[in-house]
Amino acid sequence: MKIGTVLVRGMLAGLLAAVLAFAFASVFGEPQVDNAIAVEEAGAGHDHGGAAEPGAEEEEVVSRGVQSTLGLAVATGAYGLAFGGLFALAFAFSYGRVGRLSARATAGVLGIVAFVTVFLVPFLKYPSNPPAVGQPDTINTRTTWYFVMVLISVVAAIAATVLASRLAARLGSWNAVLLGVLGYLVVVGVAALLLPVVNEVPEGFPASLLWNFRVASLGTQLLLWAGIGLLFGVFIERATRRVAAARA
Amino acid sequence: MTTAAVPVPVPISIPVREILPWAVLTAILSLVLLYFVGTAQGADSIIHEFVHDGRHLLGFPCH
Repeated sequence: MKIGTVLVRGMLAGLLAAVLAFAFASVFGEPQVDNAIAVEEAGAGHDHGGAAEPGAEEEEVVSRGVQSTLGLAVATGAYGLAFGGLFALAFAFSYGRVGRLSARATAGVLGIVAFVTVFLVPFLKYPSNPPAVGQPDTINTRTTWYFVMVLISVVAAIAATVLASRLAARLGSWNAVLLGVLGYLVVVGVAALLLPVVNEVPEGFPASLLWNFRVASLGTQLLLWAGIGLLFGVFIERATRRVAAARA
Repeated sequence: MTTAAVPVPVPISIPVREILPWAVLTAILSLVLLYFVGTAQGADSIIHEFVHDGRHLLGFPCH
């Protein structure tokens, strides 16, 4: 199989999965964003996107109407495209090397692993927040810590995978995978303990709104990664069959 | 179903030497894309405001 074949399918799966995630985010996420902005404008929180004096027209660089539709679509599409490509690379490295899983099963397992390591574990340490939560002057440090957490999680997962595949011959696949998972959990657990705590939820911000927003965010990411793993599996299985047929 | 008769091919891995140059290129392009979606890059820029909702809902820190 050619690496170009794999990459194109990864990016295509990423874009299609992004369409699913965008639809979910529009229906379940956008109302929570709007609610949070309403809370913010009512005074519980900091200013957002320029001076928001009561009655005065808020100065917006990009209107809410564009942010919540085209902006959301482009953001999700770019995210899906980028991670679709990276997913294809991870597949190219692991297919035929990590166990003897078929192409489609490899893609499915990778989808679950990617969702957990790229999003879920960092999310447990630094959960997503709606507008009005989080102080503007700490955004750069918060972004840095978030990316550090993602980086540690992804590197630990790759190391755990390499470790598990080396141990598999000696300990059997079950034990090797369990040891790999355990090693990963220890590393991200220590990282989560050592990295600074961020708690910037404003006084009086509705807890239910925060919960609803975070669930919507979780759902968006779940759909994206499920979409990438499953769609890529369909595309790549067809490609491997074609390669096999050409060889026969 | 005719497809059921086609055996599942034995996994043939792609040589790492073939993957590496593509890996470098894809990683760089992807990180640039993710940088624009996921970071502050000077709070009031057009791109920052344009992808605002996506950044919040995809889990990146924002304000």
